[in-house]
Amino acid sequence: MADTDYKMLTRSGLWKNNPAIVQLLGLCPLLAVTGSVVNAIGLAIATTFVLVGSGAAVSAVRQVLSDAIRLPVFVMIIAAAVTCIELLMQAFAYELYQILGIFLPLITTNCIILGRAESFASRNPMIPAIYDGFIMGIGFSLVLILLGGLREVIGTGVLFADMDLLFGPSAADWEWVLVESYQPFLLAILPPGAFIFAGLIIAVKNLIDIRIEKRRDRLRQKPVKGARRVRVTGKIS
Amino acid sequence: MAPVLITSPHAHSARSTAGMMLKVLLATVPGILVLTYFFGFGTLVNILWACVVALTCESLALALRRRPLLFYLGDYSALVTATLIGIALPPYSSWWLIAIGTGSAILLAKHLYGGLGYNPFNPAMVGYVILLISFPVQMTSWALPQGPEELPGLIEALKACFAPAHYDGTTMATPLDLLKQNNSLPVDELWVENQQFGRWAGLGWEWVNIAFLGGGLWLLWQRVFTWHAPVTMLVALALMASLFYDGGSAASGGSPLFHLLSGATMLGAFFIVTDPVTSAVSLRGRLVYGTLIGVLIYVIRVWGNYPDAMAFAVLIMNFAAPFIDHFTQPRTYGHRDKPENR
Repeated sequence: MADTDYKMLTRSGLWKNNPAIVQLLGLCPLLAVTGSVVNAIGLAIATTFVLVGSGAAVSAVRQVLSDAIRLPVFVMIIAAAVTCIELLMQAFAYELYQILGIFLPLITTNCIILGRAESFASRNPMIPAIYDGFIMGIGFSLVLILLGGLREVIGTGVLFADMDLLFGPSAADWEWVLVESYQPFLLAILPPGAFIFAGLIIAVKNLIDIRIEKRRDRLRQKPVKGARRVRVTGKIS
Repeated sequence: MAPVLITSPHAHSARSTAGMMLKVLLATVPGILVLTYFFGFGTLVNILWACVVALTCESLALALRRRPLLFYLGDYSALVTATLIGIALPPYSSWWLIAIGTGSAILLAKHLYGGLGYNPFNPAMVGYVILLISFPVQMTSWALPQGPEELPGLIEALKACFAPAHYDGTTMATPLDLLKQNNSLPVDELWVENQQFGRWAGLGWEWVNIAFLGGGLWLLWQRVFTWHAPVTMLVALALMASLFYDGGSAASGGSPLFHLLSGATMLGAFFIVTDPVTSAVSLRGRLVYGTLIGVLIYVIRVWGNYPDAMAFAVLIMNFAAPFIDHFTQPRTYGHRDKPENR
């Protein structure tokens, strides 16, 4: 693949082949840590970093790798990238690191990353591989943050709470209280709420797709009416 | 003139969904009256408001799904769901609590799955469980029964529902809840110390359950459902309770009579377990289905985290119903029990 279609990659990562709501990969962290926006952003950054890093490394070694041992090598590369981001988070966002807990190391087993390594990075040059990892990460992140925001608002009535865990003490007053004295709706924060809201997001996505498809059908050139087969029996002049 | 040929089945009266649902609604009336007698107008207000919300949500969902409105509203299934939720919620609940429960029952548990007949889970129980895990405080405080204190009037009940900030009611734990939290007193002393307990089960509760039992027996007589699931459920619950009741030590789970006549036992046995859509279909399957619900109710009530277990037990067994049906398929007429080449 000499020239990569970046526009197509972008569309595929963000919408058409979105890892979270179309491929339905990486659901475990998606459902487990999206209780609030700050958790979602933390995991989103970590996953995107790992996707980009492992994409670059896998693409770099793809020529020397034999087919038989490619999977263990991919996993080791991914694990190395995960270890990097884990150490970075310990250094710069320790509280968030503690909240995310087991879900940070579990990024290693996230199917999105192995999936992109296998299906894209191991077959393409480095720059497209990095771009693909980045855009897939963004696609995943957007869904994470949307889900985190929805669950945080509906669950607690507050948006952007505890942002100082990630963005330093100056972010402590980003908290935005939408409803005063809100009765916490625990279901939204608990795991079943994650399933319900993820399902609703997928439903909305499919609805939009159907609408787009219908509009395209309408815009398509219609066959001209009245163009009938010429009747040749009878009088020919 | 040739005689008109009619093929089988030769049943004479076509039983409509609406007719069955109306009978179910009618059968809840004695239970609702007794609840109102003991706990005041709270339950009635609950049910009325739940019905309003349910009809609104049902119309909305039908409009969105482009289904004929009057045809589906006329099967009264939304009203049955709303009535069951209204009975199950504590009297004098706030309007938003009832609205969330009923709305999620109709929209999430029923119409997202394709409407009546396609829902794998009992909508009323889904709505109840969503409320129970979301708002544990509001959901586990029940109104005071008549006797210890004067009952609030109708105006008070309406105020409790629609202006909860201005309502100052007294609530207390249900007998099941008390028994669950008690781990020091023997059962006898617990009964003497707490005014919630009545003769056999709980003050008011025993009569509520007997009223629902009466309504259920009428439905059984009307052949709205078969006896299999409710009877096995009650027998299994009674058996479990008699096996583990040791005469009244502190950790004892309460007498069999207490379990049969307390909480939602009878309401569940005759109005929820018998739901034709979400229960097992074959008769043998219903025996298994009812038995396991009875066992689960006791297990969750006594060793679980929640005081009453009806909703959880039913939802768990709703999951299992297709599986049970798979293993209890009745023999087709003219076939061997196990065909060799299956």
